Amino acid sequence: MATATVPATQAAGASGSVVPARPPGRLWANILLVLRILAANPLTLVGFILVVLVSVAAVLIVAVPAVSLLILGHSVSILPYPALDAGVFPVGQSPSATHLFGTDAAGEDVFSNVMTALPTDLGIGFSVAGISLIIGSLLGLVAGFWDTPGTLSAAGSVAILRVTDIFLSFPTLVLALAITAAWGRGEIQSELAVIVTWWPFYVRLTRGEVLSIKVQPYVIAARAAGVPESKILFRHVVRNLLEPLAVYFSLDVGTVIVTYSTISYVGVGVPPSIPEWGNLMYSYQDSLLTQPWTVLSVTAAIFITVLAFSLLGDGLRDILDPRSRRIMATTAAASGQAERP
Amino acid sequence: MGRSRSDLIVFVAKRLVQLIPVLLGVIVITFFFTHIAVSNPCAIWSGPKASPSTIAACVKNNHFDDSLPVQFYYYLQGLLSGNWGTDPLFHTPVLPYLLATFPETLELVLTAAAMMIFVGIPLGVVAAASNGRIADHVVRIFYLSGWATPTYIAGVLLAIGLGPVLGVSGGAFSTPASPVPVITHMSVIDSIIALNAGATADALEHLLLPALALAFINMGIATRMTRTSMLEILPLEFVKTARMKGLGEFWVLYKHALRNALITTTTVLGVTVGTMVSGTVVVESVFKWPGLGEYAYDAITGYDFAGTIGVVIFFAVVVVVANLISDVLYGVLDPRVEWR
Repeated sequence: MATATVPATQAAGASGSVVPARPPGRLWANILLVLRILAANPLTLVGFILVVLVSVAAVLIVAVPAVSLLILGHSVSILPYPALDAGVFPVGQSPSATHLFGTDAAGEDVFSNVMTALPTDLGIGFSVAGISLIIGSLLGLVAGFWDTPGTLSAAGSVAILRVTDIFLSFPTLVLALAITAAWGRGEIQSELAVIVTWWPFYVRLTRGEVLSIKVQPYVIAARAAGVPESKILFRHVVRNLLEPLAVYFSLDVGTVIVTYSTISYVGVGVPPSIPEWGNLMYSYQDSLLTQPWTVLSVTAAIFITVLAFSLLGDGLRDILDPRSRRIMATTAAASGQAERP
Repeated sequence: MGRSRSDLIVFVAKRLVQLIPVLLGVIVITFFFTHIAVSNPCAIWSGPKASPSTIAACVKNNHFDDSLPVQFYYYLQGLLSGNWGTDPLFHTPVLPYLLATFPETLELVLTAAAMMIFVGIPLGVVAAASNGRIADHVVRIFYLSGWATPTYIAGVLLAIGLGPVLGVSGGAFSTPASPVPVITHMSVIDSIIALNAGATADALEHLLLPALALAFINMGIATRMTRTSMLEILPLEFVKTARMKGLGEFWVLYKHALRNALITTTTVLGVTVGTMVSGTVVVESVFKWPGLGEYAYDAITGYDFAGTIGVVIFFAVVVVVANLISDVLYGVLDPRVEWR
């Protein structure tokens, strides 16, 4: 890729008086590199496209009715029929042009039910993983960065780690179930219950990363050169945390969806009046042999969504990790041209 | 600190002592989360038609009129003296029931773990040996689909879909064809002890599908870990040496390379056992398997606090012990590790 790097150097030279932190051409070269890696890993590309499709669909399903209500005065949905609208259609019809995924034992359109649940499940996946990420990574940062023995902050770090250890010895699902059952059935309650069991994983991940970043030569050098602690914290430690956290987060959205829908399936999560994949699975399971399309539609919805995030997370790990990125770029180039000057 | 047997014993003993504060924390967290949310479940337990005097007696018996720390003191006192509380509906004591159902769950989890080890790990070796070729892609799709199939869906598909189609009934039957004396509460081992071939086959048949449902989500983790570490190990010099001295490909892969690859795979054992133990709650209720998981389901949905905390204690012990076993295995496989 010698052709891409030459303009980069020229651009940097032309805008030399501005002294940019990064030559502007580097960004373009990086994008090209990422695109080439994606092309060499079709499964990652599939994951990326699926995540985008699923997210756009979820936003449209929620936004179109709201926006149309505001502009047109009446609500327009992109889904063919309202969800959980029992008794409107003939019972147990197999998939057809009018009912893409058929109808269920209650005479509801399966496609509309499954798709209405998409924004709910996806939103829960993002919010539970996101809030756990914020709580857990902050605590992990504290426990990893300020652990000089003998100080007051070290005592705080030890306390954080002990509590984390206790939570990590819980079987997550059982604790989440117990808390949800005690707090009562509801979307918010069960989300909080999952968060209570979820943040410790981020503490462990973040602390481990901070501990290994802290002893890197560039951090020791910065400290020796008199760089203030706050600058080391934000410029070196936090900056290098972002990549592993992004990878873990993208894998985690799928895991949250699996756990959360399990809680609903067991019957203590989202109330049955809200379409949610675990709920739908519970009400459809007995018709697996008579109306297989009902169960298979829900299975496919969960499967595709979780698979998309796993593929994306898997691929992100390769793209964001500089070591494997270099290896992959050289294999992607195939002919073995020099990659970097 | 070294690698002698006494060092190992000290290591295990130390870890078991560390279990005590963790368990105490587990009990505190479960107790307060359940009791703060529902401060007085007597009305729920006694039903809508209960007389005020019944509810008052229930409140008094369970100390619900005391403050939470006092209630916790009573609970802890009972816990240490072997009285783990009673079931609110039938007033059966919790601890004996937990002890009787635990082996049933252990049987399920151990079978699932065996499936994970004897199917998942070889698949990882196959994938690594054919890196980038078609077998590798097939295995990758297999382990990713395991990860994307929640345990409850695997359970429903196997119990309601595949089971009747194959004529294999998963789960435990209330009336086995030929009853065998209950000794260990593990149906397979009990029927082997009774030397009853028919009952053994029957027990294995009932064990197969629930264990598969439980193993499915975790099999991929073992495959993936094995594949990654095999890929790191296969280019190393000692593998080339083994090939050069004329060893067959099977021995090179499964004896020399896999032994080293397993070092990293064992580290995820604790995590996967945690997932499996959680999974029993769903699998056992789908397959009607009379173990701890089904008991947990009933206890949690029935506001049975004593039962809930009891199950959580058992599960936490299983997770901690599984982590300990994976640490010991790690040391056994890697001769550089010292016990400390």
